Amino acid sequence: MYKFLICWRYLRTRYIALVSIVSVMLGVATMIVVNSVMSGFVSEMHNRLHGILSDVVLESRNYNGFSDPQEKMDKIREVAGDQVEAMTATVVVPALLTFRAGGESHHRPIQLVGVDAATQGEVSAFCKYLQHPENRKHPSFELRHGGYDTLDHQAGSDAKPREQMAIAGWEYRRRWADWAKAETVRRDLEEQRQPRTGSADNLPADPFAAVRAEEPEVVFDPAKDQYDGVVLGMALAVGYRDEQGLDHFMLMPGDDIRLTTATAGEPPKFQTKTFTVVDLYESKMSEYDSQLVFVPIDKLQQMRGMIDPTTGVGMVNQIQIKLKPGADGVEVRNRLQKAFASTHFIVSTWQDKQGPLLSAVYMEIAILNILLFFIIAVAGFGILAIFLMIVVEKTRDIGILKSLGASRAGIMGIFLGYGLSLGIVGSGVGMVLGLAFVHNINEIADWLGELTGKPLFDPSIYYFYKIPTIVNPWTIAWIVLGALGIAVLSSILPALRAALLHPVEALRYE
Amino acid sequence: MNRHVSREILDDHGDCSTTQLATTRGPVALDAKSHASVEPRRIDPAHAQGDVLRTTGLFKSFRKGPVEVPVLRGVDMSVRRGELLAIIGQSGSGKSTLLHLLGTLDAPDEGEVHFEGRRIDNLSSAQRDLLRNRRFGMIFQFYHLLPELNVLENVLTPLMITESVLGYLLRRRHHRRRATELLELLGLDHRLTHKPRELSGGEMQRTAIARALVTNPDLLLADEPTGNLDHETGREILEVLRALNREQNLTIVMVTHDQSIADQADRVVRLVDGQVQNA
Ligand SMILES: Nc1ncnc2c1ncn2[C@@H]1O[C@H](COP(=O)(O)OP(=O)(O)OP(=O)(O)O)[C@@H](O)[C@H]1O
Ligand SMILES: [Mg+2]
Repeated sequence: MYKFLICWRYLRTRYIALVSIVSVMLGVATMIVVNSVMSGFVSEMHNRLHGILSDVVLESRNYNGFSDPQEKMDKIREVAGDQVEAMTATVVVPALLTFRAGGESHHRPIQLVGVDAATQGEVSAFCKYLQHPENRKHPSFELRHGGYDTLDHQAGSDAKPREQMAIAGWEYRRRWADWAKAETVRRDLEEQRQPRTGSADNLPADPFAAVRAEEPEVVFDPAKDQYDGVVLGMALAVGYRDEQGLDHFMLMPGDDIRLTTATAGEPPKFQTKTFTVVDLYESKMSEYDSQLVFVPIDKLQQMRGMIDPTTGVGMVNQIQIKLKPGADGVEVRNRLQKAFASTHFIVSTWQDKQGPLLSAVYMEIAILNILLFFIIAVAGFGILAIFLMIVVEKTRDIGILKSLGASRAGIMGIFLGYGLSLGIVGSGVGMVLGLAFVHNINEIADWLGELTGKPLFDPSIYYFYKIPTIVNPWTIAWIVLGALGIAVLSSILPALRAALLHPVEALRYE
Repeated sequence: MNRHVSREILDDHGDCSTTQLATTRGPVALDAKSHASVEPRRIDPAHAQGDVLRTTGLFKSFRKGPVEVPVLRGVDMSVRRGELLAIIGQSGSGKSTLLHLLGTLDAPDEGEVHFEGRRIDNLSSAQRDLLRNRRFGMIFQFYHLLPELNVLENVLTPLMITESVLGYLLRRRHHRRRATELLELLGLDHRLTHKPRELSGGEMQRTAIARALVTNPDLLLADEPTGNLDHETGREILEVLRALNREQNLTIVMVTHDQSIADQADRVVRLVDGQVQNA
């Protein structure tokens, strides 16, 4: 009983010891903040990656793909039908994107994905990332009249407006066509007046001439007609994002672009085709937003000569599979790996595909935690030093207690209990601080940004507008327990010292 | 913790549980009006000669750097039940050292200490803790109160040590009553919630006496209880000890270097050259 009483009195009268636990407090708070932010990032990444990639993918080892996707799908249903919810066949090939913007020609290496607009949405969150509200419900490769989002629908109310998008669609396309027509007329007039001397300073010939020549239609009016639709990754369309977080578009729905890819078969030949941008795809994973370009699968198959002329069935090189909720992706993968010859097919879960990225992030978290835990451990030494001081200061009191018959265990208990109570105070306050910080992290970041004049959380670096956080009660429990453990551990030595004091020496101590 | 180890020593005391503390001789003993209620002290026939404490050939030396300094060189003495024994001697003669050996705070290099006929100097530390807590009371020259606790809490400390947390909480009111009564008898009832630093020397020493008596000990060991007080206050403290000795038959061993105080004792022994002489 006296242990608790004395412990409590020491806690109330020895403020220096409270100072020693400030570092425990800060350590706990920092660990909670870092872990919450990191798990916020990870889960955001998880969601996005998972949204882009389907649960399990069966793909051919080469770009030529395999014929008869329906047969493959039947086989998949046979092998793992109990776990499969939906499937879609796609063609994925590297390609080159070419477009003109600001009077210059731009080229981008991209990943060209031929998708079935109807079923793609069933296996991944493809639709969710589109910019037209209708396309999010029923994705289509037809250019819309207008109504593309001017506010990022994923970002919440304080998203920066994308005013350029207000005219995207047919309106925008018509204006461009009118301007181009006027430009042609003007140039023709100039040429008539001033016969050209050389072709070097001339713009390349009408880029659409070749395409148009292939197509037997009578007249293609860019103000009324569109090419086959294409959905571009957001980062391909956005030229840059300025410091205020405003996006400046180089391409918008309504623009025409050209895609060049190689045909399947030997030897590959390059094929170029013009497409009209009908929507933008923004998963907020820059790796994907700057690489993925979606076109209708049949158009891509045509372009690459993947359609069997006799049966009319196209070849594909991927089958994306969505599993039922709760299904075990690894198990499905293993079953499929047995069913499909691994010489020709690769089966992977989405985690397999993004394994290195996720494990890199997990490693980062682990290292940060270890480093931060060292801070608390250092705080432990502070407690140790101050406790040793207190034991020295209290030597005579310890002698008195011993003369009154207090046992060694009892004396130890006083100081261990003291350490534990300090740990509870420190990690408790630290926990409250940390949670309060996490709760208001975006306000704090904004405020610090205003204070320093430089945004702390720069939306042009991260494609988030807000710092995502997730508070995991287990993580917090572990952090607090760890801090308590360190507080108790570092009071063991002083407590032992106190317990082993010789009563007479202690009483004689002045 | 080790509540059973020293059963044989504690058994003589009968039921040592604190429920009985207030019923034997106790606070009432100092109260002249209730003399009649004082139970006569039980005399154990096993040591009919009445020796509560006896030492044989106690040797104790301290190491000062490379040299051994002998302090006690064969102390043979005994303390009779119910007497007030004064130990006098020059400063540095080893009086405190001897008292610490009697109170099992320290162990002799050689020789034995017997308490009620049983050897106590070689007991385990747990058993000695128990013995000090339940059978001995100690007071010191510098009072040795715990500065963080108030007067009442200081007096209750030995009981808190005796009891488990639950036991203490269950009998808390009883214990507090016992402590308050003792403090009342010592004239400190208006100081219950004062911290030691707010008290005078005499009040502190009376608090220390109350603390020593609260577990109802058989033996009070006092190391220069008046050494730090002015003459008048010292006399008062001595009066209190005298009264306890007379009215409750409490055995007291008191160390002093003040002859006038020693004169009040039943018997005086002198510590000279590490040995005891009757004076
Ligand atoms: N723990 C110790 N270490 C070294 N020497 C000690 C120790 N305890 C006591 N001594 C020495 O033993 C001798 C006796 O000390 P003790 O305190 O018993 O004397 P005392 O008779 O009580 O003196 P005083 O009247 O001044 O209190 C002294 O010389 C002292 O220096
Ligand atoms: Mg002394």
